[in-house]
Amino acid sequence: MKFSILINEGPYTHQASDSAYHFTEAALRAGHEIVRVFFYHDGVYNGTRLSVPPQDDRNVSERWSALGQEHSLELILCVAAAQRRGMLDEDEARRAGKDSNNIAPGFEISGLGQLVDAGIQADRLIVFGD
Amino acid sequence: MSVLHIVNKSPFDRNSLDSCLRLARPGSAILLIEDGIYAVRDNSAAADRMRQALENHPVYALQPDLQARGVGEENMLDGITLVDYDGFVKLTTEYDKLQSWL
Repeated sequence: MKFSILINEGPYTHQASDSAYHFTEAALRAGHEIVRVFFYHDGVYNGTRLSVPPQDDRNVSERWSALGQEHSLELILCVAAAQRRGMLDEDEARRAGKDSNNIAPGFEISGLGQLVDAGIQADRLIVFGD
Repeated sequence: MSVLHIVNKSPFDRNSLDSCLRLARPGSAILLIEDGIYAVRDNSAAADRMRQALENHPVYALQPDLQARGVGEENMLDGITLVDYDGFVKLTTEYDKLQSWL
């Protein structure tokens, strides 16, 4: 079966990103296809490469990057939500005249149309948030 | 059309469980995750509502979240089925639509 995942909450807030991660892992383990993981609202913070959690804690964005790499997942950050929150890739940083970028490997910035498409392509869209 | 309702907030924090129970059709299922777990206890202020819900709906709870909150299975209402993440995924394939009560 095809799944799309929507995450509306940042890391280390409540539990949404963790629940979504474990769900995605379990779905892949069961042989399902993940069409796309879409990060919206504060969920875009999951895509920072500058997070430095304590060593004995999980690293949420690195964990997503690694899972993405292993299974060639599409990890999409909503562009409007990302720009507002200072989440910029190289292109967006250049366009906005900023001196740096902060997107973790494997994440991409794209539009809300990707969420609509994720809902259409998948058999199930599951939402994790606050 | 069958629906899996996913509730992730404590009934003592938000009214999402009440909204869900008010609107869920008989036969649709309810899955408690994250702080939604606090609705499983057999001696809480939400227990009567949950007993009523169990008459109309299959009710599931995510076992790792139960464990994380130190809620013992012996304190759980009768009739609630525990699932792990593999069981969570399986449930989402068995119902046509997924409704997260955020």
